[in-house]
Amino acid sequence: MRSTLIAAAVLTGVVLVGSAMVRVAPPVPAGTISGTVTYTGTPPKMRPIDMAKEPTCVSQHPTPVMTETVVSGPNNTLGWVVVYISAGADGSTPATAPVRYDQHGCLYIPHVVVLQPGQPLQVTNSDKAAHNIHPLARVNAEWNKSQPPETAPIQASFDKPEFIPVKCNIHPWMHGYFVVLNTSHHAVTGPDGAFSLAGLPPGTYTVTAWHERFGTLTQDVTISGTETKSISFVFKALPY
Amino acid sequence: MGKLFAVVVTAITLVSAAIFAMHVWWLPPDISRLGAGIDHQLSETMVAAGVLFVLAQLALAGFVWRSADSTRPIRRFPGGATPMVLLATALVGVEILVLTFVGTKVWGRIFLAPAAPGALHVDVQAEQFAFYFRYAGPDGTFGGAHPEMIDEAATNFFGLDPANDTTARDDVVAATLAIPVNREVALTLRAKDVSHAFYVPDLRIQQDFVPGLVVPLHFTATQTGKFEIVCTQLCGLGHYNMRAYVEVMTPEAFDQWLIDQAP
Repeated sequence: MRSTLIAAAVLTGVVLVGSAMVRVAPPVPAGTISGTVTYTGTPPKMRPIDMAKEPTCVSQHPTPVMTETVVSGPNNTLGWVVVYISAGADGSTPATAPVRYDQHGCLYIPHVVVLQPGQPLQVTNSDKAAHNIHPLARVNAEWNKSQPPETAPIQASFDKPEFIPVKCNIHPWMHGYFVVLNTSHHAVTGPDGAFSLAGLPPGTYTVTAWHERFGTLTQDVTISGTETKSISFVFKALPY
Repeated sequence: MGKLFAVVVTAITLVSAAIFAMHVWWLPPDISRLGAGIDHQLSETMVAAGVLFVLAQLALAGFVWRSADSTRPIRRFPGGATPMVLLATALVGVEILVLTFVGTKVWGRIFLAPAAPGALHVDVQAEQFAFYFRYAGPDGTFGGAHPEMIDEAATNFFGLDPANDTTARDDVVAATLAIPVNREVALTLRAKDVSHAFYVPDLRIQQDFVPGLVVPLHFTATQTGKFEIVCTQLCGLGHYNMRAYVEVMTPEAFDQWLIDQAP
């Protein structure tokens, strides 16, 4: 009899707590902003990278590697553009998953990575040559560490939002970006220029597209319910 | 013990002299028009220094051997230490002056004489930790270099301004120094950051880059092939890896190379 009462009490408690949790976090409708980044005009010509000083990297590329400043696809789509929510209550959460940045074939892979403040960054060296990783930070602390082959990943993180150019002094053609953003809603376009920012609660947002050569573009977008809003960014390209 | 020391000194002297005399570790074959003069000067310096070295070491060994088991007092140099130091300084000074005097002619032909009028002009920039080479392109004119416009990601290593400077648009920038054989090459050396050096052992030339200075250097390669350019001025953590190659080509191959490299 007593055990039945206890079981009933526990069951009631579980039901009450459970219903309370549902009430605290009701299902929030989430919308999506997606689209494509393109350019008009004539972009600068990308050139083959001469890696002659590092034979172990030359041998990894049967055909010459081109610089990655402007990477585009058919119909003038533009890659390596960071698209993100720059203003609006987008319910961002801190990111804790480590982001890997690899040095492979004397290139940075990927060319651009996005991080959130405090998010762990792991810089690895897959080459047989030594590299040095030199983030040219101005808002965050600047550092410069060398990484010989087969050594442990370099662990780092950045506290403040910033677009940080990264270079290797040993191989001056190596160049990339650490992009530190407050928002967890961000995307980096591939050569097809496509992006999608999902999981946005209803509201009005400023969406920013950043390209290392062509600068930034912004648009205000209002999301209601679970709709998907389609937008496009068109950068103006100059050859020089 | 003293006699053993004398034997060891003699052995070290003879072995090290033999290593130099037999060219065990020597420069690679000379491939430049003025290299023979440098080699001649190097040999004279080696002989002059080597003869003095061997004589001095053997004299040391001889004195040690003679005095090893002797109780004879060691005699003083006539007049004491001061005339001994003065005499030694004068002897070495005269030797260095003679070598300098003899070498001035070779030095002057490389470092003091201007490049020939038909020389190929190449702009060289040294930076931590690479060399870059720039050719004037079909218009024969170098575009202006603007340090503030240097953009390594876009391979604009010289800070060219092709948007506003039309002479910069056809400038050829490469990480390899390609040159035609048997034609004089006039380099203009500039350092982007710290001191570096341009050293090609096969060409027998070595010249420092000095930040803020524009340093001319000219040479003529007499054989085709690929030769290493190394930095011999400690310039930072990547100094060990600061190198490039000079590729000496036939004139036809060089003309084609320039066309292939056109921006």
